[in-house]
This record gives sequence, structure tokens and C-alpha cells, in this order.
Amino acid sequence: MTTQNTLSQDTESIQHSGLPVIVKVLAFMVILVLIFTGIANLLPQVEGQAPKETKVDLAALTMDSYIAMGEQLFKGKGTCTLCHNELGRAPNILALDMVATAKKHLSSDEYKGEAKNSEGYFRESMLEPSKYVVPGFGKQGEPSPMPVINKPPIALSDIEIGAIIAFLQAKDGGQPTIALPKDVPAENTQSSALSAPPEVAKNAQAVLTKNGCPACHTILESTATIGPNLKTVSQRLSREKIRESIINPGAVIAEGYPPIMPTNFADKMMVKELEMVVDFLAQAGQKPATETEQKGE
Amino acid sequence: MSLVINKAEVSHRPDSITPDSKKGNQSVQSRSGRSFNWLYWILLSGLVVLFFSGTLTWAADAISDTTDVVNQTITAKLAPILGPSDYRQIGSMSSRSFVWIIAQLHLFLAAFVLAVPLFVTVIEWIGVKTGDPRYDDMAHEFMKVSMTAYSLTALFGGTLALALFLLYPTFMAYMMEVFGNQVMVYALLFFLESGVLYIYYYSWYALRYGNKKYLHLSLGVLLNGVGTTLLFVANSWATFMMAPSGVDDAGAVTGSIWAIMRGPLWNPLNLHRFVANIAFGGAVVGAYAGYKLLSARTMTQRAHYDWMGYTSNFIAVLAFLPLPFAGYWLMAEIYAYSQQMGITAMGGILAWLFIVQAVLIGTILLAANYYLWNGMSRCDGSRRYTWLIKYIAITLVGSFLIWVTPHTLILSAKEIAALGGAHHPILGPFGIMPAKNIAVNLMLIGTFLSFQLYRRADKEITVPWAGFGNALMVVIYIIAIVNVIFLGVYYGYFTNTVYKVGSSVAQVVSTVIVIISGVTIDTLMFKGARTLPTTWGKISNRGVYALFALPIAFTWLMALMGYVRSSVRTHWHVYTVMKDNSVDNFIPSIGHAANMMTIATISFLLLVLFIFWVASLGETRQEKPIN
Repeated sequence: MTTQNTLSQDTESIQHSGLPVIVKVLAFMVILVLIFTGIANLLPQVEGQAPKETKVDLAALTMDSYIAMGEQLFKGKGTCTLCHNELGRAPNILALDMVATAKKHLSSDEYKGEAKNSEGYFRESMLEPSKYVVPGFGKQGEPSPMPVINKPPIALSDIEIGAIIAFLQAKDGGQPTIALPKDVPAENTQSSALSAPPEVAKNAQAVLTKNGCPACHTILESTATIGPNLKTVSQRLSREKIRESIINPGAVIAEGYPPIMPTNFADKMMVKELEMVVDFLAQAGQKPATETEQKGE
Repeated sequence: MSLVINKAEVSHRPDSITPDSKKGNQSVQSRSGRSFNWLYWILLSGLVVLFFSGTLTWAADAISDTTDVVNQTITAKLAPILGPSDYRQIGSMSSRSFVWIIAQLHLFLAAFVLAVPLFVTVIEWIGVKTGDPRYDDMAHEFMKVSMTAYSLTALFGGTLALALFLLYPTFMAYMMEVFGNQVMVYALLFFLESGVLYIYYYSWYALRYGNKKYLHLSLGVLLNGVGTTLLFVANSWATFMMAPSGVDDAGAVTGSIWAIMRGPLWNPLNLHRFVANIAFGGAVVGAYAGYKLLSARTMTQRAHYDWMGYTSNFIAVLAFLPLPFAGYWLMAEIYAYSQQMGITAMGGILAWLFIVQAVLIGTILLAANYYLWNGMSRCDGSRRYTWLIKYIAITLVGSFLIWVTPHTLILSAKEIAALGGAHHPILGPFGIMPAKNIAVNLMLIGTFLSFQLYRRADKEITVPWAGFGNALMVVIYIIAIVNVIFLGVYYGYFTNTVYKVGSSVAQVVSTVIVIISGVTIDTLMFKGARTLPTTWGKISNRGVYALFALPIAFTWLMALMGYVRSSVRTHWHVYTVMKDNSVDNFIPSIGHAANMMTIATISFLLLVLFIFWVASLGETRQEKPIN
């Protein structure tokens, strides 16, 4: 604070004109508040809904619907995608072949857990995440930052954990080893998933059309050039890179093209649909030999 | 306007007490030597710390004893699972909305009344140290404003408690079970706070000179000790709901009251609220000074409130600067407690809020700079530096626009087609973090430059190495600005992503070096400097409006960050322990939240105007009728 100053001692009275000061001050402040409010109202309006509990009809449950339930849990109530995404906070599960990844970790010298197969590995990762922390993640010497999945705040039931395991095993074309739930303990009679799985597109062409790919890419009957030509994509990218470009288009932007590809295809496509599209695009030309190792595997 | 006199000749009080006050304060100085002062303050601080440590330890022991007894019956009591019958409504009004507004108003008022005595005591102490009666008068006037707010705080606090017990009875029953007798310690502290506050305020002129002044200052220290303890106790309720401790997974009490209070987020929130309250309190009394300045009937009044506004702004900005570091600690502890909770705040659906936060902080920085530039007109010596202001203004506005540029534009399908995508080809690169890091650092450097120019405006530097010092300062600025831009552009756009985070640290270091070296060089250069005359009251009316922008932005920002802090609990009353099963157990959209914040802010604004009016009413005297 400045103390070496002087005060004006002019005692002449000050005449005020126009609107009263109180009105002007109030108007200024209210306008400023309304500007802040207006900006906040212009932003995307999203509500964070609490997980809804809905009953599962176990009699009608098929493996496909169980896998679909697992996918919904993975992206919804389980909140797995909060960390398991392309930002690198935890392994990007949707971009990894998780059965192969599990095998790799089980055979690692650093693995100290008790699981013998991918099903056991996935279950152990969810129920005892600190048993084995994937190298490159978490802080050394500290417990895993991953929450115990059957405890609050997530608190998935055994059925729900099983559904996620089924999803992880099936998402890359594998066969789930986990059995469908039959006899249900009293506390496990609820799940957040719907009993009917979403409808899967019949073929890759249907998936591409459903997701509007021809609007920007040369593919099927389209000759659009906003995005790279997909008819020749297999000459430039491996299967893994094609899959990654769909799930995480921001990872590598093709030279000369704007970064405008939507980033939500991982949420919109079913696992089978994604695989159909990857197969379709990879078979459309000659496949290169490069196989890049995914981060965090 | 032309008459400029010495500060000691000025009196602002109508009863002419102040002309003697300088003498009185000088006599304090002469009777009590410097060594006595230091010894006194060390002893007093020690006593206050011991008193509160002792009181709280005693209270904790008493509570623990009680808890041990009660534990035999309550440890088995789990957090209840709530159903529709555990929630009530007033008519068709949303219970959450009602509690939201009342709680927010209580928090605004409480933050204000707890903060004002903190800097009032410091200002009072400066008055004693400098012997300048203006400080004492200003400190008293700040307290006068705060006194009206105090009773309103209590009214809203009581309403909030009643509303919570009425609308969320089972939840409140559980909270009472967990905190037990601690809530009565809170009530006791509240009585103590009220008592000390009234004695402190009403004894101002009774204990003004000599050793009695030290007694009065001691009351101020005691008042702040009690007030801060009150704040910390209330914080423990909020942090227990976010990160419960001292209970098991099912919510049954397993630990002492200390274990319950000392959750992982308690101290970070204590620090954050303590510092933020000072910034907020400074901004609100700044608005009071601004209002009184614009309404002043004489130049003397205008000069007084100009100085008061300047001091308030100084307090607000000074407390605002370390706030990001306190916020960083709080967020780091949130991440450490629950990564999921941290990501919900920073990277989940609440992430868009940080665009609004950028607007608010940008407003605060722009307003603070604008006020400093206008304030420079008080001193003719500032003409040497005014040519620089336009460049600072361009930098601030440009940086502000970059900071608020969103990563993804919100467009219609037609607009996306016209633009060729969701990212603008030219503005798109401004939406990512490297651009924002450059913008924020340039804004901070620009603000510091304004502050430095303001400080230099009324000084004529006389040290022989002045030329070298100025050249060194210019070189430091240039290197820092080039470094901030180069690091941001090169590592942000042309190298691997992993270098982005590392380069942002180097950018902040560049900014900090500018601030530290600027303060150091100026301090050395100001030795023996001649002080040029400053005419208080000469500031333009437009400049005074910055004093209204600051509290509005602070108030709205406080509401916004409170919404984030509360929302990270998602659908839990007490995170992981007690689910929120009410109809309002979702995180509302940012638009809805903004509307609620605006209702709370405008209500607070009206209350503040009422407080200002009541504070002024005490000075108004009706003339005796002639007949």
C-alpha cells in the first residue's frame, strides 16, 4: 500500500447529474452477471445422470446381449472410459486387443498376481487392482489409482463384472470364456444394462453408411475428398492403425487434411461393427507389414 | 482539485477525533520501543495458538470420551439407504435449488464477514506502525460494513440449518450422528465470535491510544482466531461429504472426531477458502469504496474513498495471486484421493466449466489492470509510462480471446459444412493448451508490468545505476516473453505431446522470474527515490467501475467453483458411503447451474447494496425541525 501520498483537500461540493449512482452501479453489475450467464448457457448442456438400476431378465440373456451389457457398463456405470482412453492416464482398453494383452502380462516376470487366464486377469484387475499395475502407469510403490470395482462409488455386482469380462474377451473377435449367469444371489438381481442388446449392422457397408463415412471419404459410391481416400487406406495403414484411426482419429492426422473426424465412433459402433469395418478397409488393398506396439500393453 | 496538502492534516471523521490520533499513535510508538512490540506480538501469537490448540484439544478429548461411550451404540449404525420418504419438499419447489441458493448466500456472507476482520486487523496494525490515522479510520469503516453483514450471515446460516433438517432429515440425522458434539463446539465458537466481534467493533474508540490500542489489536487477533477456527470446523463437514474419513465402508463411525475431521481434503480446502475469502472480502469492500466515491458530495470524501478503493483492490489482487497454487493443491489431493473424482472435475462433463472460469479470471485481470491504468492519472509522474498501456492492453485482450477460444466449436450442421469441420482452420490452433499457456503467462506478465508502472508512477529514481537497472528489467521482460512464446509454439505444436507439459513448467518459471526480479530490482532502485505528489480522488469515474467488476466476477467465480466442488460427489450425499437417492441426484447442466449462480449472485448483490445503505444510514442525521 502506498503511504507516501497526499489527499486532495478541495472541499468544493460535487454535483451529480443523470441517473442516480445506485441505478448505474446496479445496471453495470447486473449486465456483467448476465454476460457470464449467457456464456455458460451457450456451452454444451450435459447432465451427469446417476446410474439407473434396471432388472436383467436372466432367462432371456444370451451371450451377445451379455457382451452388449458389458460394453454399456464399460462406457456407462462402470465409468471405465474416464481413465481408459487415448489420453494415457490408464491403458487404452478400447484400442488394445485385451485378450492378447492379458496373455502378455500373465507371462511377464513382473506379474505377481494369481490369475491363470484372461478371465481371471480381468477379474483380478477389477477386484484387486493393486496386485499388478501395468508398467508405465500409476506411481511406483503406491497402490493402483484404479478403484476396486465392486466397492463404492462404482459398486458393480458380480453379474455386471462378468458382463464386462465378456465384453473385454469378445471385443476383438475373441470367444468369451465366462459362463452366463444363472442362479443369482439376492444382492445381484439388478443391473444397469438393458436386457435387449442394440441391433448390429449386417455388414461393413451398412456400418459405413450408418455412420456417414461417405460424406467425407471416397468409399462405396462416394468420391468425397474432405477426408483421406478409404478405398486405398490399406496401402497406407495397418489393421491396427485403421482401427486406431476410427477410435481415436486425433492420434495421427493424415497430411493435408483437417482434423475434423468425429471422435465418438468408439461409443457409436458395436465391437462387431468396428471389426467388420476394419476388415473391409484392410482388405480393400495391399496390407503393409508394419505392426506397431500399442502404448501401455 | 488544485489544493494538495499533507496527509496528516486531513480528517475524515465529522467529530474531529483524528487530528489528535496521529499524536496519540506517535505516543504509542514512543512509549513502547520496537523490542517491546516484537516481544508483545510473539507472546500474543503464542498465546492465541496455545489457547486454540488447548481449547480444541480439550474439546476433542471431551468429544472423544463421549464418542467412546456412544460408540458402543452407534458404531453399529450404518449410513442409511435413503428412499423417497427421506426427502421432503416445500410445495413444488426443488429442495436442492432452495438449499443451493440459501447455502450460497450464507457462504458469500460468511466469507465476507470472516475475511474483513483479517485485513482490518492488519490495516489497524499498519496504522499503529506508521502513525497515520487514515489507516485506523479506514479499518473502522471496513468493520462498520462488515457488522451489518454479520447478522445477515447468521440469519442465512440459521435458515440453511432449518432447511437442511426439514428437507433432508435422514441425511442430517446421519451427519449429526457422525459429528456428534462437535456441532456444539461450532455453536460455542459462534457465541464467542459474536461476543469478540461486538467488543472489537464497539471498543474501537474506547481503546484507541496508548497501550489500550494493543489491547484492541489483541481483540482483533482473537477475533480472527475464533473466526478462522469456525471456518475450519464448517469445512470439515463439506470435506467429509467429499472424502469421508473416520467411518468404515458402510458409514459406521470407527474413529474419533479428529479422524472424521482430518480427511484428505480438509487442509487443502481450509487454505483455499481462507485465501479466497480475503480476495473476496477485499473486492466487496472495494465496491463499497467505489460506490461511496461515485456518490461523494465533496472532493475530500472522494479522495478518501479513492484511497480506500485502491487499498481494497490491492488486498483483493494480492490475495488472488496465490489462489491458483492453493487450488492446485486442492485438486492434487482430490486426484490423490480418487482419480475418478479428479477426472470428473477436470476432464468429465464439468470440463466445459473451465471455459467460463477463463472468462471470469480474464475479467478479474482485465478489471484489475484497467483500474491500475486509470489510477495512474492520480500522479503526473505517470505520464512517463502511459505510452506503454496500449501495448499491455492489446496483449491482455488478445491473450484473453485466445484463452476463451474453445477446443471444439459449438456449431450447427450447416455451419460445420460451411467451415469444413468443427475446428476453424485459423482459430483452431488457439483452442489447445499450448496456446492457452502462452496466453495466461502473457496476461500475468502484462498485469505485473501494469503494477510495476503504477508503483513507479509516483517515484523519481535517484540511484546512480538507474539506467542499468531499467535496461536489465527490459531485457528480463523481453527474454521472458520470447521464452514463453517460443516454448509454447515449438513444444506445443512441432514436437511430441510429452514435451507439452514439461514446457509449461518452464513458461511459468519465466513468469515467476519476471515478478521476482521486478520486485527485487524496484526495491533496490526505490532507495532514496523522490516521491512525486499524488492527488487522490483524481481517478476517472470509468476507472472506478473496475471496482464493481471485481466483486461480481469474484462472486460468480466462487459460486462456479463451489458448484464444481459439490458436483464431483456425483450421486452421493457422502461419497462412497451414502447415496443420494433424491430426484435431484444428477449433476445439473452448466446452463442450469449458471442460472442458479446468477440468482444467488444478484440476491447477494441486493443484500450488499442493503448493507452499504444501512452502513451509510448511521452517518445520516435529521435536522431538528425549526418550529
